[in-house]
Amino acid sequence: MAVVFERPKALSDVPFHYCPGCTHGIVHRLVAEVLDELGVVGQTVGVASVGCSVFSYNYFDCDMVQAPHGRAPAVATGLKRSLPDNVIFTYQGDGDLAAIGMAETVHAATRGENITVIFINNAIYGMTGGQMAPTSLPGQVTQTTPYGRDTSVAGHPIRVCELLSTLSGTALAQRVTVDSVKNVNIAKKAIKKGFENQINKRGYSIIEVVSTCPTNWGLSPQEAMKWLQDNMLEYYPLGVYKDVTAEGGNK
Amino acid sequence: MAEKVLMKGNEALAEAAIQCGCRHYFGYPITPQTEIAAYMSKRMPKIGGTFLQAESEIAAINMVLGASSAGVRAMTSSSSPGVSLKSEGVSYIAGSDLPALIINVQRGGPGLGGIQPSQSDYWQATKALGHGDFQMFVLAPSTIQEMVDFVKLAYEVGEKYRVPSMILSDGMLGQMMEPVEFPEKNDQDIPEKPWATNGHQNKRKKNIINSLYIEPQELEDLINERYQRYELIMENEQRAEEFMTEDADIIVVAFGASSRVSRSAVHMARAQGIKAGLIRPITLWPFPDKTIKKSMDTASKYLVVEMNKGQMVDDVRLVVEGKKPVEFFGRTGGIIPTPDEVLAQIKKLAGKEE
Ligand SMILES: Cc1ncc(C[n+]2csc(CCOP(=O)(O)OP(=O)(O)O)c2C)c(N)n1
Ligand code: SF4
Repeated sequence: MAVVFERPKALSDVPFHYCPGCTHGIVHRLVAEVLDELGVVGQTVGVASVGCSVFSYNYFDCDMVQAPHGRAPAVATGLKRSLPDNVIFTYQGDGDLAAIGMAETVHAATRGENITVIFINNAIYGMTGGQMAPTSLPGQVTQTTPYGRDTSVAGHPIRVCELLSTLSGTALAQRVTVDSVKNVNIAKKAIKKGFENQINKRGYSIIEVVSTCPTNWGLSPQEAMKWLQDNMLEYYPLGVYKDVTAEGGNK
Repeated sequence: MAEKVLMKGNEALAEAAIQCGCRHYFGYPITPQTEIAAYMSKRMPKIGGTFLQAESEIAAINMVLGASSAGVRAMTSSSSPGVSLKSEGVSYIAGSDLPALIINVQRGGPGLGGIQPSQSDYWQATKALGHGDFQMFVLAPSTIQEMVDFVKLAYEVGEKYRVPSMILSDGMLGQMMEPVEFPEKNDQDIPEKPWATNGHQNKRKKNIINSLYIEPQELEDLINERYQRYELIMENEQRAEEFMTEDADIIVVAFGASSRVSRSAVHMARAQGIKAGLIRPITLWPFPDKTIKKSMDTASKYLVVEMNKGQMVDDVRLVVEGKKPVEFFGRTGGIIPTPDEVLAQIKKLAGKEE
């Protein structure tokens, strides 16, 4: 019988611990498929961050390093400078990347650090039980903004792709989501481009995936996807913010 | 034999690291370690190495974490306030069983403190540079030659036991010049690192560098295994210098810069007929308790001299267990005690106060 669907080789045979309806799993699969297609699993080192995806070191079937909260870009820098011909990626949540690790993120990008960053923007701190993230929307109710995020007190959400697209070292800054087959395909293409950029030594690539956290949003998987479409995509428009490849017009 | 060259402590240390095969330096500017970074920035590009000025000490230590994970010899250097920022990364390095070389060219603290030499990070280096149960291998040079020689030792011990190593220097040793000799062929025996995350090339199982263990029993087992390695380090790697201790009645205990002053004071005391001697801990962790214990056969009193308010004195008292008096003399804030000041303390202990 022909196999039409199987586990990517770049994923270990370990069940995910992610909640039902969480998009971490989809994104893991996309990254793994890309690593398979590029044939680079053996030379890849992934950097797991602190957040719900911390156990990704168990899931990706490449060498993995678990970084302190926010420091994945620095750890990846140390790896890449030591192993310039290997493929190095980080997998980070929004608290990790855009709050505690913002300095590391901005400076890895501006150095044009030749790494690929998978950024899960789910507008909340998943692992610690649903506190406000730097990407939580205005008015969004979280454990630490029980009356809704009041921007006069808690500030405004950060648009990471827009911010990083201003930096000369950034090769690709693209925001995608995985709410439909069409968007999943776009997301996979973007992730693939992010890795190809690295192989072609183009600099820092970030693929921001607008994601769900049904558990901490207090919604069912279907409701969560709808909430993402109705609320997040307006504040976080999908699209390419920077792309230095010919396709992106060598911006 | 290699010839002697006159070098500043910080530069000699940097050159020694290069000669040990270190090709990855990550740091953030701070006085008084500046010359280490400046030297690395000059040399590394010429030899195909990496000099990277990081955005912070936090980033720099995590770059070292990444480079050490890749299996290469990496290092970072800083001074007291910057070392505090590295504490998170050092804890993760220890918890991930990685070797790494961290240099602290100490200055006065707490806070921004001052920029003059100090030894007030002794507790930080030997007891708790970061959260959790862990130790670093800590070396305290007292000459520029030792700034050179200890780099190799720090790498070798760190790699053998998979622990982070620190060279605890200070602003005086960093800035001072002395003739030094570089041993030939320093980077010949860098050990294989089968645990490194450098890509499995589909030839071995994947490696994971990690410090997270959700199961308490798993974590306790791992820490116990690590502590067995610490036991071995305590057994095998203690180092101390003894100076005129054979017949000494009063033993001065001092490390690094304050041991230089103390040595002069011991000389002066001997000239005045006082049987003084010096024990100079070279490894601060493991603390050289065997040497101190042995000295208790002859010594009747101890004087601990430090450039702080009294930190190592705790460790000496732990070894002496109240069986002999252990006095303390120190200057802090960036002040180096003078030999005369130390001599006065020795004379007081000898009952020869004027
Ligand atoms: C230094 C430090 N501070 C705080 C924490 C606690 N902590 C663990 S995960 C997390 C937030 C993670 O959120 P995010 O990066 O958005 O990832 P998600 O869990 O949503 O996937 C925090 C604050 C920590 N582990 N380390
Ligand atoms: S808590 Fe949220 S982010 Fe974490 S696994 Fe569950 S749904 Fe996903």
